[in-house]
Amino acid sequence: MSNVSRIFIPSDTTACALGADAVADEVDVQARLRKLDVEIVRSGSRGAYWLEPLLEVETDGARVAFGPLAATDVEGLFDAGFPGSCEHDLCLGKVTDIEWLASQQRLTFARAGVADPLSLTAYKDQGGYAGLQKALEMSAADIVAAVTDSGLRGRGGAAFPTGIKWQTVLDEKAPQKYVVCNADEGDSGTFADRLLMEADPFQLLEGMTICGLAVGATQGYIYLRSEYPKALLVLNKAIATASEAGLLGDDIGASGQSFHIQVRVGAGAYICGEETSLLESLEGKRGLVRFKPPLPAIEGLFGKPTVVNNVLSLAAVTTVLARGPEYYQQFGSGRSRGTLTVQLAGNIRCGGLVEIAFGASLRELVEGFGGGTASGRPIGAIQVGGPLGAYLPASQWDTPLDYEALAGIGAMLGHGGIVVFDDSVDMQEQARFAFEFCALESCGKCTPCRIGPVCGMEIIDNIEKNIDREASFELLEDLCETMDSGSLCAMGGLTPMPVRSAVEHFPAHFERPAKD
Amino acid sequence: MALQKFAHIAGGLLPLLHEVQASLGHIPKDTVAAIASGMGLSRAEVHGVISFYHDFHDQPRGQTCIQVCRAEACQAMGSRVLEQHVKARLGIDYGGTTADGRFSLEPVYCLGNCACSPSVRIADKVYARVNAERFDTLLEDL
Repeated sequence: MSNVSRIFIPSDTTACALGADAVADEVDVQARLRKLDVEIVRSGSRGAYWLEPLLEVETDGARVAFGPLAATDVEGLFDAGFPGSCEHDLCLGKVTDIEWLASQQRLTFARAGVADPLSLTAYKDQGGYAGLQKALEMSAADIVAAVTDSGLRGRGGAAFPTGIKWQTVLDEKAPQKYVVCNADEGDSGTFADRLLMEADPFQLLEGMTICGLAVGATQGYIYLRSEYPKALLVLNKAIATASEAGLLGDDIGASGQSFHIQVRVGAGAYICGEETSLLESLEGKRGLVRFKPPLPAIEGLFGKPTVVNNVLSLAAVTTVLARGPEYYQQFGSGRSRGTLTVQLAGNIRCGGLVEIAFGASLRELVEGFGGGTASGRPIGAIQVGGPLGAYLPASQWDTPLDYEALAGIGAMLGHGGIVVFDDSVDMQEQARFAFEFCALESCGKCTPCRIGPVCGMEIIDNIEKNIDREASFELLEDLCETMDSGSLCAMGGLTPMPVRSAVEHFPAHFERPAKD
Repeated sequence: MALQKFAHIAGGLLPLLHEVQASLGHIPKDTVAAIASGMGLSRAEVHGVISFYHDFHDQPRGQTCIQVCRAEACQAMGSRVLEQHVKARLGIDYGGTTADGRFSLEPVYCLGNCACSPSVRIADKVYARVNAERFDTLLEDL
């Protein structure tokens, strides 16, 4: 047989957690048994996690998908004529026709899942390094201006305009500057950074390199959380490949300009996702939050001007440069420009990564893309924006997802994590957990965040035991106010957000016995 | 131990501690003095860093580390029940090691596998949609 069938099976963490490795092994076994000539490509994932393990086969220039596939399905698949025939119950048709994927507006995640993440050729064939090529022909000030004009705001959660941050670092005169990528994606319900690093690592390297050129930095660090061992392997290989190809190093694209990247692994501290704590950790210290000012853009890593950006912000820059700020800017709503990466998580039927323009409502995402709960029960509450984000009741699910609209209802978008709970959720338990998490992860530098959450747990325990209810609620609000206004960073400052939202929107859950 | 290598890396203490732990399984208390002098730091500074991060341990642990995700997305899918099962099955609480030295149990707050919760990590491998039954199977297969 002369025609080699190319079969794509994701190597992504979640796909493998669902058995993708076993599927790949079984495809290999079955193909050998039948003496079929197949090439198995371990691709990244497209992020349609509810369909993983998702297998794709190239036929007539298109990709036909099968999923979710268990290793035990593979023999039957071959018996039905695979890969020559695609007749099978688990056949999903052309992957590009899967509605869940086709109705997204993928810019940053356009390449995710299409090819071997470590193939530089595949990356370039799909438009990769076009942004860097343009940047190499531009002045530093013009690169920064393009990023500013795109309206891109920090995707880590704080939503600070990326261009303004870069301009500040560019304006600083210093012998050494740094680009730091915050890949300490600690929020529960988020996995977009991980997916991007595992599926399209060159995009992050390209974005960081563009940033280095823009602000005059020659050294970049990726601060990666230790919970992502696979991303670490992929990134290190990608860095080696890019360096060999002259896309990192002392002479980027034969321009004479230099930029290096190193990956540093965190050590299991949520607080190190806070940028100043992250910098302390990169310096080899305890991850204690720093006072601001000085801003990291002025005195950052090792006291030098430093850009600290989230993975998705740096990745988005490649699109801004390659296709122009106007192109990127045309997506979005209000002051939230470009695309939003939502991660549908928790008790959700069709969970995964959805990239669309800002402005869709929470309901459209959770019910439309998400298809409701996995348990089949009604949705009880939705936590948006990670463990420090608000729990939203049904009355707020029509809020459009953009930074300002969520702030307007006392919530936040954060890093785009959406965690769905069904109606069996106990919101008093969730409120207590918010304090428990803060107590565990606080760096301990400021008193409200160090002491506050411990008091918070005690107060909620008293409420549960019906001890001085009225006084306890008053004390709880007082504590939230103190943490909100008196904490040094968002850890202590935002812990009241999930607590207050639980108390305000789900009062019945604080009336014991709530569980029945 | 190639302390020299790390002494010349900017902010090299975390990479060094990761390497010590990877090779010895933990960071023995009697290595702190050598680490400190090699890195030009005080023992207090080194101890401070080891004790700050959840990943670093100064006591030996089991051959295989099992982490159960306790964060919200997994809670929404029943991780509170799962963690009780795991503790009972292994006969240890978080932070504990089984009597035969095979397993240590740790909590973790998000493994980035939140669309297919609950998640458990065993050594470097993550498992999705883990319930009590699946956990028992995973354990038996080890």
